[in-house]
Amino acid sequence: MDAAIDKLKKSRAFLCLECGKCTAVCPISRFNNSYSPRRLVAAGLFYGGEELLSDRLLWSCLTCQLCSQRCPVDVKYSEYMRDVRAAAYATGQWGNPSHGGALLHIMEMVAEPKLRQRRTDWIGDDLKVKKKGDVLYFVGCLPYYEDLFAKDFDFSPLSIARDTVKILNRLGIEPVVLENERCCGHDLYWLGQLEKFDELGRLNMKEIEAAGAKTVVTACPECALALKRLYRERLGEVGFEVKHIAELVDQRKDDLGFKELPADVTYQDPCRLGRYQGIYDEPRRALSSIPGVKLREMPRNRRGAICCGTTNWMNCDATSKQIQRSRLSEAKATGATTLVTACPKCQIHFRCAGCGEESERIDINVTDFVNIVASALEG
Amino acid sequence: MAEETLKTKKKTTKKRAAPEGFVPNIVAFACNWCSYAGADTAGVNRMQHSPNFRVIRTMCSGRVTPGFVLKALKLGADGVLVSGCHFGDCHYIFGNHEAVKQFEKTKALVKTLGLDEKRIRLEWVSAAEGNRWAELIDEFVGQITALGPSPLNHKPKSGK
Repeated sequence: MDAAIDKLKKSRAFLCLECGKCTAVCPISRFNNSYSPRRLVAAGLFYGGEELLSDRLLWSCLTCQLCSQRCPVDVKYSEYMRDVRAAAYATGQWGNPSHGGALLHIMEMVAEPKLRQRRTDWIGDDLKVKKKGDVLYFVGCLPYYEDLFAKDFDFSPLSIARDTVKILNRLGIEPVVLENERCCGHDLYWLGQLEKFDELGRLNMKEIEAAGAKTVVTACPECALALKRLYRERLGEVGFEVKHIAELVDQRKDDLGFKELPADVTYQDPCRLGRYQGIYDEPRRALSSIPGVKLREMPRNRRGAICCGTTNWMNCDATSKQIQRSRLSEAKATGATTLVTACPKCQIHFRCAGCGEESERIDINVTDFVNIVASALEG
Repeated sequence: MAEETLKTKKKTTKKRAAPEGFVPNIVAFACNWCSYAGADTAGVNRMQHSPNFRVIRTMCSGRVTPGFVLKALKLGADGVLVSGCHFGDCHYIFGNHEAVKQFEKTKALVKTLGLDEKRIRLEWVSAAEGNRWAELIDEFVGQITALGPSPLNHKPKSGK
């Protein structure tokens, strides 16, 4: 019990005033009124015990940090959720994993050190990569997304990986791509599976150090968050700097040399890139520096941006769909024809929301930040 | 007496399945309408076949998404068999076409994970084909035995 109290102290849940601002902004509460962050905090503080741990809605939290932005006493709700989930898991509770749990199984499978993955088949002759070097490109789950989603959602997740290497090559960087890179463990961390997360983290850190990388570049905000912050928090100091590709493109946009690319776009702030890492301006500056690109803002942007509806491959349901549809409608209402996001998962979720009945479709293209930057490169 | 026959039966089947001392663990997803009944036919007719598999009944082979197969592999299965009705025979008309779609995804994922594609298999067995089920299981057990234990199988069983 003392350990539980310590955890509550750490996430500052003790300071909760029960003002209810969290519930007022929570994208899930908006569409599902039986979910309330305030109620879940109160349940942990006052009533504790089984009722909270066996609540199925525990696994619905997006850990999108929107509530923490508004909280007057800065309760770290995502961290509170992580700890409550770990306690719930210990009593045999688990959420309802989406896609039949395939992706969560993969995360646990790649933690096996004996497994030799085959995940670099996408690197063609036009892309220059090395085995050892200063800069490493951390691909993330894209090869698995390609296998699972490419056919259903009519887009190639690996095009994000190819375009990232293309951009790096254009900057004169030949990145290292690890043959046996593991999942970063981000999702397992927020689901309270900290032991598995540590296992994955150690394996990845060993591989990255063995490659001699000083800088790790990634096109996934979740990988960036895990490598930048979560590994430090759980496993101690890391010997490399981590950059999301949007930061790099913004820093060196003059070296890239963009051609004219007429496009009316709006930008979706992925929660892990925005609220978690404070990267709001970099992708916007990079997009605006492409001649012909007109950037329109959605009413709820930057710190107030709405999540893409589901995270951690958990509890995707009608509420997620409603969040996605409302976000797509918001994007469409700006007058933009393309919604740009810097997170491959956001794209998968928005594309999924675009499936279904013809009459219900929201007609807006969804693309990745990397794809739009790469298509604006000259030559 | 009955115990004795059971014992001798066990011995012979083990011998057949374990030429190199490794006994594979196989999970077989069988659809309710054809393959599960096919496995039943094999059993009712006392057809001798390897005992190293566990059948999980699903209502349709189309229900077997990549998640099912990956979970079995994660928990240490050396091979996974997905079995349904022949084309045109599906109880749900198009369920086995969905099974093909799902299995293609599973295959791609298994390949990316670095496991041998031969560890998973999609087959059609009708309710009448008890002998085919028995042959199929023996053949698949042989195939997995040749491949050896899966890297995710932490306690490979030995026949000795």
